[in-house]
Amino acid sequence: MKLTEIVGQLSLDLFTPISDPGAAVTGGYSGDLLSHVLSSALPGNLWITIQHHANVVAVAQVTGLSAVLIVDGKRPNDGVREQARSSGVTLLGSTESAFEVAGRVRELLAAQR
Amino acid sequence: MKYRIRAGDIEHGGSASAKIKSELTRVGIDEFTARRAGIVSFEAEMNLIVYSDSGGTLSVRVEPDAVVVEARDKGPGIEDIDLAMTPGYSTAPEWATDLGFGAGMGLANIKKNSDGFEIESRIGEGTTIRCRLDRRENPRIDHQGGS
Amino acid sequence: MRLDELAMTIEGETLVRGTRSDLQIEHAYAADLLSDVLSLAEGEDRTTLVTGMINPQVMRMAEILSIAAVIVVRGKLPPQSMVEYAQELGIPLLATRKTLFETCGLMFAHGVSPCQTKPVHDMRDHQ
Repeated sequence: MKLTEIVGQLSLDLFTPISDPGAAVTGGYSGDLLSHVLSSALPGNLWITIQHHANVVAVAQVTGLSAVLIVDGKRPNDGVREQARSSGVTLLGSTESAFEVAGRVRELLAAQR
Repeated sequence: MKYRIRAGDIEHGGSASAKIKSELTRVGIDEFTARRAGIVSFEAEMNLIVYSDSGGTLSVRVEPDAVVVEARDKGPGIEDIDLAMTPGYSTAPEWATDLGFGAGMGLANIKKNSDGFEIESRIGEGTTIRCRLDRRENPRIDHQGGS
Repeated sequence: MRLDELAMTIEGETLVRGTRSDLQIEHAYAADLLSDVLSLAEGEDRTTLVTGMINPQVMRMAEILSIAAVIVVRGKLPPQSMVEYAQELGIPLLATRKTLFETCGLMFAHGVSPCQTKPVHDMRDHQ
């Protein structure tokens, strides 16, 4: 499923433009521990987290994630957004909780199969 | 109730607060206030562990109308209290964030859960926070149903 | 959903059954960062915590917040002290190999709803 479709279906906020509109989401990853993301998330995964500081951008870039989806209405500051933009990392947002967002994303991905 | 909290003692972090909450429940404090007191104590306890130079004390007093929680340390002191109170602002060291702490919500959570909140701090001398939690008459007044 | 149904759905092991035979898992909150769990202050007693953390703080917080059940994900093995604490509190403790994403997704698909919380506004909202 394309990232743009998920953004549309869930009415997600765009903290940065979508860096690769044609990108397909390979799966979902939920979690707030950066070291675990590095060891377990797969390229193309959509990362659902409450973390929204600069390290999040670096981790997303290194792991090759399709985007970072920041939950609970948290908002990355301008510096973080800029860093994401220049690194080609897409930052999305939702006011819903991590549990709900994971539920909805999985629902969308499952419907595709 | 008074507890001595040791700096860096993550292993026991939260144990004083859990005891405080269960003790408050045991002596008949309403669930809503006991829970808030537990949360306030927990955040204060973790702050003492993560940030204080030499630990500090966490004490709780039960009054007819309120529960009062106080946390005190002797250093390092907070340079900019307003900044420290801002949700998301954190000076937590890596060993704390690796364990899932230090997201910068502590003082804000303490204030949110208190009816009265005071904080004093001086660099080199230490920090004291004092929280008043008004007791509720009906133990279930702020809950729907429950068991 | 009932505890047994939940365990089956997430292919979880029930390490502690808890004392309430009629327990319904209705609301859930997923977090690794414990300080975010504390924002559950305004949530309900029927909240289930889903987390990948197994440090001593998890159960202490479960006690303070009167959490209804705890689910540990990612194949993490709760230490004996955590199991004993859950037993003392009389609350269910489950462990699953599934990821946090998959576990939440399955629970959500089976009707477990998110919690009502009012997170404190983040500083960055004001920028």
